[in-house]
Amino acid sequence: MNPIFDLTWLVPLPPAAACALIILVTNRNKSLSSVIAIAGVAVSLIIGWAVAFSAFFDHDLAHHPVNATLFSIPTGWTEIDVGYALDPANALMLFMVPFLLVMIFIYARGYMTFPHHLKAADFPEAHAAGKDPRYSRFMAYISLFAVGMLGLVVSNNLITFFVFWEIMGLCSYLLIGFWFEKESAKKAAFKAFVTTRIGDALLFIGMMLLYIVSEPSSLSFADLFSDDNLLELSNSRANLGFREVTWTSLITFLILCGTIGKSAQFPLHVWLPDAMEGPTPVSAMIHAATMVSAGVFLLIRMYPLFARALSFGSNSMIVVAGIGAFTALFAATIAMAQWDVKRVLAYSTISQLGYMVAALGIGAYVAALFHLLTHAFFKALLFLGSGSVIHGMEHGHEHAHAHGDGHDADNHATGLIQRPDGSLDPNDPQDMRNMGGLLRKMPVTGWTFIIGGLALSGFPIITAGFWSKDEILAVAFEENSLVFLALAVAAFCTAFYTMRQMALTFVNRGRTEAADHASESTRSMTVPLILISFFAITLGWIGIPSAFPVLGGIGDNWLGHYLEPFMEVINIKALHPEFNFVPLLVSIAVALGGLGLGWLVYGKGLPPGETDPMYRALGPIWQIFHRKYFVDELYDATVVRLSNFVSSFCASIDARWIIDPLVNLVGKAGVWLSALAAAADHLLVDGLVNLTANFMRWCGGVLTHLQDGKVQAYLVIAMMVLGIWVVLVGMPIVLTLV
Amino acid sequence: MANASQMALFATLFMPLVAGIWVLVFSRSDRAIRWSSILFSLVPLVLSAWMMLTYDRDAGELYGEISAPWIPMLNSNFRIAVDGLSLPLIFLTTLLSTLSLYYSARTIRTRVREYFVMFHLLELSMLGVFMALDYVLFYLFWEVSLVPMYLLIGIWGGQNRSYASIKFFIYTLVGSVAMLLAILLTYLSTGTFDILMAAEAQPFMQLDDHNRLLLGSLAFWGFFLGFAFKVPSFPFHTWLPDAHTEAPTAGSVILAGVLLKLGAYGFLRIVLPTFPEASQYWAWAVIAVGAVAIVYGAFVCVAQSDLKRLIAYSSVSHMGYVMLGIGAASLVLTPAGLESVAGKFGTAVTSGQIYDSAVMALNGATLQMFNHGIITGALFLLVGIIYERAHTRDLSKFGGLSAKTPYFYGIMLVTALASLGLPGLAGFWAELFTFRGAFAIVPIWAAFGTIGIVMTAVYILWRIIQNVFLGEYDSGKVDHWTDADGRHVDGPTDMVFFEKLTLWPLVIGMLVIGVYPTWLLSFFNTASVRLIMFITGPS
Repeated sequence: MNPIFDLTWLVPLPPAAACALIILVTNRNKSLSSVIAIAGVAVSLIIGWAVAFSAFFDHDLAHHPVNATLFSIPTGWTEIDVGYALDPANALMLFMVPFLLVMIFIYARGYMTFPHHLKAADFPEAHAAGKDPRYSRFMAYISLFAVGMLGLVVSNNLITFFVFWEIMGLCSYLLIGFWFEKESAKKAAFKAFVTTRIGDALLFIGMMLLYIVSEPSSLSFADLFSDDNLLELSNSRANLGFREVTWTSLITFLILCGTIGKSAQFPLHVWLPDAMEGPTPVSAMIHAATMVSAGVFLLIRMYPLFARALSFGSNSMIVVAGIGAFTALFAATIAMAQWDVKRVLAYSTISQLGYMVAALGIGAYVAALFHLLTHAFFKALLFLGSGSVIHGMEHGHEHAHAHGDGHDADNHATGLIQRPDGSLDPNDPQDMRNMGGLLRKMPVTGWTFIIGGLALSGFPIITAGFWSKDEILAVAFEENSLVFLALAVAAFCTAFYTMRQMALTFVNRGRTEAADHASESTRSMTVPLILISFFAITLGWIGIPSAFPVLGGIGDNWLGHYLEPFMEVINIKALHPEFNFVPLLVSIAVALGGLGLGWLVYGKGLPPGETDPMYRALGPIWQIFHRKYFVDELYDATVVRLSNFVSSFCASIDARWIIDPLVNLVGKAGVWLSALAAAADHLLVDGLVNLTANFMRWCGGVLTHLQDGKVQAYLVIAMMVLGIWVVLVGMPIVLTLV
Repeated sequence: MANASQMALFATLFMPLVAGIWVLVFSRSDRAIRWSSILFSLVPLVLSAWMMLTYDRDAGELYGEISAPWIPMLNSNFRIAVDGLSLPLIFLTTLLSTLSLYYSARTIRTRVREYFVMFHLLELSMLGVFMALDYVLFYLFWEVSLVPMYLLIGIWGGQNRSYASIKFFIYTLVGSVAMLLAILLTYLSTGTFDILMAAEAQPFMQLDDHNRLLLGSLAFWGFFLGFAFKVPSFPFHTWLPDAHTEAPTAGSVILAGVLLKLGAYGFLRIVLPTFPEASQYWAWAVIAVGAVAIVYGAFVCVAQSDLKRLIAYSSVSHMGYVMLGIGAASLVLTPAGLESVAGKFGTAVTSGQIYDSAVMALNGATLQMFNHGIITGALFLLVGIIYERAHTRDLSKFGGLSAKTPYFYGIMLVTALASLGLPGLAGFWAELFTFRGAFAIVPIWAAFGTIGIVMTAVYILWRIIQNVFLGEYDSGKVDHWTDADGRHVDGPTDMVFFEKLTLWPLVIGMLVIGVYPTWLLSFFNTASVRLIMFITGPS
């Protein structure tokens, strides 16, 4: 075994050290803190790539994956072994994650300038330095986030996987709510944590059940995926009361719930668009490199179990495929009717994750992993690009404002503009209706964004997104035509909204002063964009199907060949869809068609004040898309209200209605009883005593009169007593004598 | 000749008494009282740490046992010792006592001498309960612990202190009476007041099945009331929010941190080993009150408007995990119980696996006892810190404090997240093992309990973090702010040195246990394994 593999467990540690160092030592020095954070992930990148590239060229790894123990936790007569694992699947993640993290960290160093919602007077120092007042805190948080993702990738058991999974949940909470003065940000943070927590609770149940029914009882991946255990799990049945299902079905379903929460699949997708409240580097982290990928990676990690469920046609796999395909289409339609540049991307993330989940639901393990990788790159690119756009817009806004432009001041005064296609804040740097023509102002951002956009829409041959998406469609075409149809339509929508976004943002003329005065971002932000865009194109080449005309011979599907031996080891059937021109042509047609239609509709620009052409065409249907199918409103009216009701109900039972009143009643009854006893005591017991005493006193009073000091009276009494004595004592004697 | 471990144990127990007498008699000034109290309390802290380090965690034998005739006509001995179950709890007691004394030294300004004497007396009685192996001794310390706490609440408490203190006192006293009857019943059957020997002898063995269970149940319910009132377990918990809300900060810390553990400890030390049959028979009641407390307590927390009351209710929820774990383990203590569990999963489950699950449930319960001590102790300290400054605990009066008091926010965040059971911090492992054990034995109840996981996140993040710390700071909401020493200031001030020093040991504890639970868990694991083996025989 390659000795470099022993370093795997070190990968999450440098950012952890950086996080601790920033919090404890350097938090006052903003610039140094960011250098430490970047250095932390850079060290992770070096170790991670050393391990990953060694793994790519080590053909033995597939047959003998690394599984090592660091320490054990006692559990009765058994133990939980905490350690690290390395196999071809997580080696790929070790290639992608640390690279994107380093890019995002470098970008964040430039991005975290003084935010606009804060008053300069409150934070004079930070304002003078032009940096966020909590710059160091931000660096510490994202370092911890990196720990979470890297730790999750190298975990060798589900328990530590879950630990890191939740640490990421925490970091997303902290970072989404990073600008906590904003009401919307603090609400979004809470919503993100609790929504994912619902999924996590179900995942936790699944974990516990898996832990219990596995033989040996363990959550180590190596133990879980032994042939015997997988067989036993799919043969024995769980009694749910209303029906019996195999353990495999039940547990895969519960694990899927964790993914639904974390990867924002329907119906727990509502947190992800709101998560845009976080600073943009965070959005890029959550959406691309870390959090949501973790949800899909959970499925990939647990796939031997899912593959077993698939092999006997378990309903749970239909649920997986169905939820994925539905979410892909559902979110894509919403994305077509959003104005916020980041929200469009948020819904596109949900949609793209739906592709991966659907792919796993139909058995396309390699394609899902492939799409996970390519998507991470081009979505990171798009988010960082949109952050750069926002920065440019804010800059332009300030610039226009500084020149004392009357037009701008008017906008300040008017506030929100009510429009039939959604209200518009004319100062909002994220609303695409305020943009336009930015390609000329921000060429690097613009061109890299377009590269990312084309990759997202699956522009044929040259972009990475095309290859991975095509592979999913190819499998879906063979396995499930309904899934194929949904994904194809979603792909069309994707291309359409991507073109809409690119056209509204970058081409034609600026629609506001801010857009006209926008300027290119600093190098710390543009260099990462350029570096990532390289992979947004080239990464597709690792998975060109062997049978693809001309190119197949050159690329020869390295990814497939790399993963297949490992899949054999962990009992996953490798799919080799026969090369078919239908899905290929469909995939090319929807990509080009969507882009083309988008260009036709939005290419000539959206004049200021004019409503969305699609709104004019679709009307109420567009509104449904725009309002996100009213899912948020539905949850507010049901789940949120119910839980608030139960809370106040329980609190009332506790303090006002039953429990405490009962206690107080017992207490009061005690007091009453005491009062009763006191009264009884006073009247009866004490009364008797007093009665006796009074009688005695009365007797005394009567007898007192006898003692009046007259000797004659005494003599009379003495005589009387003697007489009585004589009668009493003498009489019996007399009587006996008689 | 006494060996080192015996001397250490003896000194740990009685050093608080020495400290109390010293403070009462020899300390002249308030300053001297404070300093001598803190210094004296360091002795049991260091000794208990030393005992933990020298204890053989794999063997799990009794440690430092001292036994001397005490009341011969009752056949009652002065017998104390510790093992893997009580040792961490003793360390918890000494740690929280020292921190509370240190914190009180800066915050208690009236009737200082009485306060510190009471506190030492309280520490003595708590240590005594954890060490006692004789029912009379146990009961003595148990009762003694009531008085100082009653006075701490009643004299140094808040507005409504007289109601709260009398409620606390009478409520727990009722439980004690029930327990006393159960102790007498046990004594009449076994003829000994020795806790371990009574368990060895198994009371009521000479009776037939029916009567054995009947009398066992009587004794079980006597002990149950005594212990469940103290835990406090739903629905006997309403003294807790009142007592906590009114108690002085350090009093709340000890009350939540240690006193509640006495009840749970009683179940593990006395009820399970002495009455396994009755425990198994009534396990469903313990499980039900545990699972209901988890969920119900969490929901009630969401509706609270007083920060301290909220944390008090969170104790109800968190102690529910302890009860759930204990109840789940009790369910498999007899062969019949074992059989009923074995069939539940539709797979061939061996008795070894079920015993493993029972041990994990107990590990979760005991670890939760320790964790809840440090986490909730820290939470009450943090509430005290904010109350000293704002003179209110009304959640609607706060907001945006994280910008003003970042240090306080940081510590509160870590503590609150530990309470939430966030992986990587202490609370997680306890929840994990409790649920792991409970799912294997009572899956439906355990699944019900997981609602608590979600609701805990709601009340911690929404009610505490979001309400107090996030959002825009509004200076008009709190009437007047003072700093840590009671001087008038314009706005909230951050934590000062003595407050940081009080909290750091607890925060470090949460982090260390969260990252590396093995060391602490190995104490509990051995104790739980021995407990199960004692009851079910070697298997």
